[in-house]
Amino acid sequence: MILRRVALAIAISVSVTAYGADVKIGVAEALTGGAAQYGVAVRNGLQLAADEINAGGGVNGNKLQLIIEDEQGKKEEAINVLKKLVFQDKVLMVFGPTLSNSMFAGGPVANGAKVVAFGTSNTANGITDIGPYIFRNSVMESDVLPLTISTAARHYGIKKVAVIYGNDDAFTKSGYDVFKKALEDQKIPVTTTETYAKGDVDFKAQLTKIKGGNPDAIVCSCLAEEAANIMLQARGLGIKAPFIGGNGFNSPKLFEISKLAGEGTFVGSPWANTNPAPANQKFVAAYKQKYSSDPNQFSAQAYDAMHIAAAALKTVKLSGNLEADRQALRDALPKVAINGATGPFKFRPAAGKDGKPAGFDADQKPFIYMIQGGKFVLYSGK
Amino acid sequence: MIEQQLVNALTLGSVYALFALGFTLVFGILAVINLSHGAVFMVGSYAALAMVTHFEAPLWAGLLAAMLVAGLIGLGVDVLILKPLRARNAPHLIPMIATIGVTIILTNAAQGLFGAEVQRFPDDVLPPWEFVIGDVHLRGLEIGIVTISFLLMAALFSVLRFTQLGRALRAIGESPKAAALLGINVEGLFHLTSFTAAALGGAAGVLIGLDFNAITPFMGQPVLHKGIAVIILGGMGDIRGALIGGLFLGFAEVLSKAYISSQMGDAVAFGLLFVVLLVRPTGLFGRVPVRKT
Repeated sequence: MILRRVALAIAISVSVTAYGADVKIGVAEALTGGAAQYGVAVRNGLQLAADEINAGGGVNGNKLQLIIEDEQGKKEEAINVLKKLVFQDKVLMVFGPTLSNSMFAGGPVANGAKVVAFGTSNTANGITDIGPYIFRNSVMESDVLPLTISTAARHYGIKKVAVIYGNDDAFTKSGYDVFKKALEDQKIPVTTTETYAKGDVDFKAQLTKIKGGNPDAIVCSCLAEEAANIMLQARGLGIKAPFIGGNGFNSPKLFEISKLAGEGTFVGSPWANTNPAPANQKFVAAYKQKYSSDPNQFSAQAYDAMHIAAAALKTVKLSGNLEADRQALRDALPKVAINGATGPFKFRPAAGKDGKPAGFDADQKPFIYMIQGGKFVLYSGK
Repeated sequence: MIEQQLVNALTLGSVYALFALGFTLVFGILAVINLSHGAVFMVGSYAALAMVTHFEAPLWAGLLAAMLVAGLIGLGVDVLILKPLRARNAPHLIPMIATIGVTIILTNAAQGLFGAEVQRFPDDVLPPWEFVIGDVHLRGLEIGIVTISFLLMAALFSVLRFTQLGRALRAIGESPKAAALLGINVEGLFHLTSFTAAALGGAAGVLIGLDFNAITPFMGQPVLHKGIAVIILGGMGDIRGALIGGLFLGFAEVLSKAYISSQMGDAVAFGLLFVVLLVRPTGLFGRVPVRKT
């Protein structure tokens, strides 16, 4: 590790003479622990984009230098790591942290120091209320789920639905809250709302009850593992209604377990692997080549985030005064609009709480998938 | 819908009863609460999984392998841990703590060998039997679980009640010292009991792994907690108690999820358990030992 840093330092000092100044960018992601499956994907996406930009001559001749730190998916580590990046490494801006919880803890550190903290994977409500220096390009559940429901409702002619969700997990619970509001807004009656606890494996009692209400679809705010077992057991009980899923469904695990039990399921996602847009195809191919594995939505969003930051940097004339440069970057970011791996992207100002200044959310249309033949197929209907 | 919920309850109850069977057997004969039963149950699942996926053996061979491997671990626990503790006249809490240690070792070993992620049996190990009677959907597996649970319990109950071996075992359950004085091979029967109980646990692991479609190194813990509740409810050490207690818990859980609230399943089940114990502190079939001088 130290050796690599030394090597990196030498490489950088060489590059300084060759190409001019470096732009230091902090990366605070969960690289170990339970959230590592997301954090590593994010880091890979950021690194891939930075390498691409540097290979193309950098931004205005300046190379991007990533300073990568592990926030372990923990609030206290997120605070420590952000302090180190902002005050010690004196980075121009920070990407991360990975989890919404970590952003709630670490975001105020960056915001207080007037440094941009750019979340690529935080979907919880209220993230950008932290302050005007908080940005994210991760599409919120409140943008994805209502569209998922209205699309599915149109496709199937849904009159009433049943709901099932895990009530002891922040992610599935917040997904449920968004679903509930969307169903109310779209005036779709709910026959019954059932819950389960983390680690449950037997859902037959709840599903039998759901079957009794004879819903046209089952709305499920669940993680992939549980969702798959719920689908299997629903089919075992003779329930034919299709499922409508939240972000937890976006995992290949769903098919490994449920096989064909999930046919006809509707899911929304900020990114589509199969999106034929050239920017996306270029990203997918480059990612596969560099990491020998398939990218996911988190690496796609991170990849786009780095390109968004680079686009903002391009419009900024760096003065060498750290504070002024940080502020200039902050002011340039909201004007950026790119066409990236996740499709056309621009920022929209967050509403903010009680009139306090807030940051910027993603203004982007999600993709809606339908599960067909054990695969996510981009929904082509209206 | 009530018929389907009753079927759901019967399956879940049989699963609990099957697990509790070996658990209560060890307590009845050895007077030890063997908290490694959950881990042994988990090892059984993995043994069958390894047989089925690695050696491409049929499911019945997997089930036998599970019973054998689990049984041998149970025997090992008895010989290596419980026997020295018995020889030293250790108080009741010590074997409990020691078997928690066994659980930790087995769980971590399984995690190291198989990884922490959820695994499952391949789809084709089970024939895709499905029965639809009116509104009730039944899988072959569910019928299998209920049948196997009841058969094993009947067999165990008959052996204990009607055979010479059973008489010897019950004598040990009453007083190991007196049994030894009567010429019963107490240590040998302890080993046999531990083997049998663990083998039953291994079989339960396979059936539950199939039914829940999930095998993890941690699958034993929640089932162990339910198992403890079942044998306390049924009466510690009583075979009929394991059956009735298991079914009681299964029905209480499913029916409260169905007719009260799915958030309240465990709360209602354990609340009822509490009420039963207030009325009958020895459990449904438990007896207060009466010593006549």
